[in-house]
Amino acid sequence: MVTDQSPKSILPLVLSGVVARARKKHLLGPVDLTIGKRGVTIVMGSNGAGKTTLLRVMHGLQRIKAGSVDWAVDESVARRKQAYVFQSPIMMRRRVIDSIAFPLFLNGVAKRSAHKQAEDWAIRVGLAHVLQVWAPMISGGEKQKPALARALIYQPEILFLDEPCANLNGRSTREIEDILTKAVMAGTRIVMATHNIGQARRLANDVVFVCGGKILETTAADVFFDQPKTPEALAFINGEIVE
Amino acid sequence: MKHISRLFAAGIAALIATTVQAADIKVAVTTSFYNSGLSDILLPVIKQDLDLDVHLIVVGTGQALRLGQAGDVDAILVHSRKAEDAFLAAGYGTHRREIMYNDFVFIGPLADPAVLADASSASDAMQRIHSTASAFISRGDDSGTHKKETSLWAAAGVTSDALSGAWYRAAGAGMGATLNVASGMDAYVLSDRASWLNFGNKGGLTLLYAGDPTLFNQYAYLPVNPQRHPHVKTDLALQLEEWLTGEKAKQLISNYRINGELLFTFNAVRD
Amino acid sequence: MDSIFTGLMDALVLILTLDKDLVEIVFLSLRVTVTAVAIAAMIGLPLGAWLVVNRFRFRRITISVLNALMGLPPVVVGLFVYLMLSRSGPFGVFGLLFTPTAMIIAQVIIVMPLIASISHQTIRDLWAEYHDLLISLNASRAQRIKVLLWDGRRALITAVLAGFGRAIGEVGAIMIVGGNIDHSTRVLTTSIALETSKGNFAFAMGLGLILIGLAIAVNLTIHTISKTERASTW
Repeated sequence: MVTDQSPKSILPLVLSGVVARARKKHLLGPVDLTIGKRGVTIVMGSNGAGKTTLLRVMHGLQRIKAGSVDWAVDESVARRKQAYVFQSPIMMRRRVIDSIAFPLFLNGVAKRSAHKQAEDWAIRVGLAHVLQVWAPMISGGEKQKPALARALIYQPEILFLDEPCANLNGRSTREIEDILTKAVMAGTRIVMATHNIGQARRLANDVVFVCGGKILETTAADVFFDQPKTPEALAFINGEIVE
Repeated sequence: MKHISRLFAAGIAALIATTVQAADIKVAVTTSFYNSGLSDILLPVIKQDLDLDVHLIVVGTGQALRLGQAGDVDAILVHSRKAEDAFLAAGYGTHRREIMYNDFVFIGPLADPAVLADASSASDAMQRIHSTASAFISRGDDSGTHKKETSLWAAAGVTSDALSGAWYRAAGAGMGATLNVASGMDAYVLSDRASWLNFGNKGGLTLLYAGDPTLFNQYAYLPVNPQRHPHVKTDLALQLEEWLTGEKAKQLISNYRINGELLFTFNAVRD
Repeated sequence: MDSIFTGLMDALVLILTLDKDLVEIVFLSLRVTVTAVAIAAMIGLPLGAWLVVNRFRFRRITISVLNALMGLPPVVVGLFVYLMLSRSGPFGVFGLLFTPTAMIIAQVIIVMPLIASISHQTIRDLWAEYHDLLISLNASRAQRIKVLLWDGRRALITAVLAGFGRAIGEVGAIMIVGGNIDHSTRVLTTSIALETSKGNFAFAMGLGLILIGLAIAVNLTIHTISKTERASTW
């Protein structure tokens, strides 16, 4: 990849009338959504509501049946400025340092420079002590950290996260949230799915509420939690089961 | 990574490259000839006298003729007159030069159910085997030996239809392998004397009948025709022919014995 | 049973005295097989990976054919290569028949489908793991193949060793295209065939034991090397 020197932002991202299906099963849509340039957007909803599908559609991992996904620039340029953290961290079969440096290797960065950057990021996420360890071998709670470092290492403009703390304990969750907050302050746009209301309250600038494959609400965070517009959202916030 | 792949490629090239050799020639010979062990005696002397590496490709007669036809060898040494004549008639060889002959012998189990030991001729032997339906293993591979066997059956009045039934088995293999089968099954088999004497797994088999002149087995040397295949090493092939029909060859061949028994009779004629 | 014992003794004598002919035959066996396996691996491993990451219309048929080719009888391959390399054949002008090169060519044809097939099956599992990540990171097709081959290297070593096993014990094809010429194209397997046909069972058995020993030695070496490379087992 040629490092894109243009200062032009890839945002806003506009989804229009997007429908996604898989094998005759309707997953999502039709949805309309605009992701603006700043802040943290939290995608909320219960399991199976379509949060993951929405994120995957935005990132280009899911094919759409109808509608369009438009970035502010050409898609090939936009692709190179995004990153994604999966709910189950994908650990590569190599050492942690090589795993974090991997996106740089793909872009032709020299080994020594890539390792140096990977080391910096590893320190930032608190992984300095396991740099030489075989990535699949590190403990479950720690696995998201190399994944996160790997996502942030080539400084994407937008970072998608699919319930990254779903299987983590309190301490790891806090550490991850710290890293995300720092990334936001450095200018990274974040779109994150979670069904943890506390986490959403802590991090969100605005909320996208998904239910039954449709977006029911798109509001600023404080408005959403205090005065949700739809009964489903209200039920969700109150901790009831929403189908 | 780039250096490694370059080293790798060089390594492979080195492995593939064949070393430069002294003058060499390829001759297709039959398994019967090779199994006699005579080539182990002749080849080193040829190397000494002519500085020539003779590469023997040991196959059945059919395959030897095929190799000569395709021009994949420079000369052939076989023992099947009819096939040789056909080979020459089709223009694949330049001429035919008789070198030596040995004979075919009847091998069979010690118990000798067909009583071959009392046979009066080759035809008689064949008829005895047929009438007693004793187990008989044929080469079955269109080789010189096989063709000989076929002609003997015909001369004995046994038609090819009669060559069916559990007693007659075609091995479809070289002389050594066929003898192996015969040894394993305690069956009769027609073999060339040299292969038999050199055979290491005789088991319960023994030589039962020999001596009929129809059992003589003439070996001939045929250089491949350069008009058909310009690349063949005609000069070297003729050099080898000269040597094979010369005094030293005569000495070596005439004195070649296994367990005291003479194997070949040298009968090359000097021009 | 005593054939085997006698054979073992004969073989030991040959090894201990470093019999010149034996050494020549062993070196040629290794040279032909190692070269063939190396070439087959260079083609087969990436091919297996390419079939995983590449979607095209005839992919399923190609994979099925590749798997089927594993069962190709070596003798048939030998015959085919002979017809190609014969002086009367299309490539006769190169004069490759009855040389070690012809034997290498035949063995590459025999071994390559095996390596490609196993490579494909192992890489396919790894691809299932890496799929989303590699797409997310915009890895090109070539990059995907490289990563899969490198990260999957342990399983691929098994594929290569399987290819080696097949080649070192092969006799039908190299007999036809090599001609089993003494001091030129005679290897362990063709020697064993020759000695067996001469009825020298004990000696043939001895050579067979040497062949097995050779195969074990190679496998042990590879496994030892690959283990020290790794930080841990997975």
